[in-house]
Amino acid sequence: MVSGFLEGLFNRQLDPAWAWSIDKVSGILLLVVGVLISLAFILLADRKIWAAVQMRKGPNVVGPFGLLQSFADFFKFVFKEIVVPAGADKFLFLLAPLISFILAFAAWIVVPVADGWAIANINVGIMYLFAISSLGVYGIIIGGWASNSKYPFLGSLRSAAQMVSYEVSIGFIIITVILLSGSMNIGEIVNSQKGGLTQWHAFAFPTIFVMFPMFVMFFISALAETNRPPFDLPEAESELVAGYQVEYSSTPYLLFMIAEYTNIVLMCALLALLFLGGWSSPIAGFVEIPFLWFALKTLAMFFLFALVKAIVPRYRYDQLMRLGWKIFLPTSLVAVAAIGWYATFVAHPEIGGQ
Amino acid sequence: MNLTAAAFYILGGATILSAFFVIAARNPVHAVLWLIAAFFAAAGLFVLIGAEFLAMLLIVVYVGAVSVLFLFVVMMLDVDFARLRQGFLNYLPLGVLIAGLLIAELFLVGAALGENGAASLSEGKIEPSPGAVNNVTAIGRVLYTDYVLHFQLAGGILFIAMIGAIVLTLRERPGVRRQDVGRQVGRRPRDAVKLVDARPGQGLQIPE
Repeated sequence: MVSGFLEGLFNRQLDPAWAWSIDKVSGILLLVVGVLISLAFILLADRKIWAAVQMRKGPNVVGPFGLLQSFADFFKFVFKEIVVPAGADKFLFLLAPLISFILAFAAWIVVPVADGWAIANINVGIMYLFAISSLGVYGIIIGGWASNSKYPFLGSLRSAAQMVSYEVSIGFIIITVILLSGSMNIGEIVNSQKGGLTQWHAFAFPTIFVMFPMFVMFFISALAETNRPPFDLPEAESELVAGYQVEYSSTPYLLFMIAEYTNIVLMCALLALLFLGGWSSPIAGFVEIPFLWFALKTLAMFFLFALVKAIVPRYRYDQLMRLGWKIFLPTSLVAVAAIGWYATFVAHPEIGGQ
Repeated sequence: MNLTAAAFYILGGATILSAFFVIAARNPVHAVLWLIAAFFAAAGLFVLIGAEFLAMLLIVVYVGAVSVLFLFVVMMLDVDFARLRQGFLNYLPLGVLIAGLLIAELFLVGAALGENGAASLSEGKIEPSPGAVNNVTAIGRVLYTDYVLHFQLAGGILFIAMIGAIVLTLRERPGVRRQDVGRQVGRRPRDAVKLVDARPGQGLQIPE
């Protein structure tokens, strides 16, 4: 797009490699800026919803209705002093927030926000997303260790165990979706859910009896994977002060926080793409504006995330582990077997029904 | 030099360099982090030859899960690396022998490839299988159709090994109070809390 505009402007044909590169880079810039700005308002929405549940007003001073609160917070963080603890491993201490931040945004390049609007439309898109989200734990572990302090270290150990546990069930749930759509390309997964609400993986008959529970489990696992309440044990302030981020201040802390929220929105987007038909309209042919539906579904999921944060009390650590390993893992394994049977013998009898 | 070759040399160089730092790093945590960097560069090499599925698997399994556990253990260990290095010279001949064996194997594999698929190698890209299937389909066909029995057998062996490891480490300790989750969840306030009216000046009689 941008390369075409430049070609028109200078009336010269660009080298295809350069044109491709210019298009991709401008696409990435657009995506990053778009995600960052929407994040500012999503963060405010989170605080507003939390406040509304507790019958408070929430942030309402900066800008009309407090709309500019996130920007005020941003500048406050940026202008503070970066404090590096004396015993810290300086390089890793500053690397950890960078890792978190970069990985959080790297995951977004395969997310199609509308039909074909993905920066990288790769064959193994969903695997890529899973791989990148499983790396998010490194920012936390390295940050906690490099701080050279007790609370951050305990917090990072907790979160390592927690995130690795819930990744297992997330992986199995993703496999059920892959089995149903027959592809790992996110665009094709969404296209396999075309034709309104009854075709979405979460609601399609007859798989609804397996896939709707999987949808709920994915939602809960996403809460655990992103360290959201009620599973925010890595930063449980009653026990660990603030977990892995105790020693962080200023911009490094800001990077952690942006990464955390980017991951949360990514998980909401994943829920929308995998289970709720992505950019397709709930009634076939009704207001077919792809981006609008994708954004609406993602925001609806985020609304649920925010409500859970406000309503559900924090889990105890052993209860969290029990839920992950003794309930979610076996359930999702059975679901993979059931969906595998369905996909082979019912949906595609030409494969298995010889 | 074209871009593919440049990418190969950068990724290959990064792999070797980070692999070297894995053994050269003084701090065990740094060593694990270098190992992760090596995995990453190797995944990049996989992508370069068109095996994107293997690249993602490498990252999910090795970087996302195995290395996290490595890091987990290494962080909690109090390893004295100076003492570990004391026997370095004694073990050197054995190490050199193993390294030599590995290099010989690499050359053998290279020679075998060159004999069978010199044509595909010269194009710089090894097709997963003839025809236009993507490599997820190709791997799936090989693992679950062509060699399904071998694959199941390998899975069975791994399963037995896992059970073996659990049996070996499981200790039945007497006198341990385990939690009964059903009882915990089933406990109601009326079983645990009793509201009483404490009159001023009289206090409460606590029943035995």
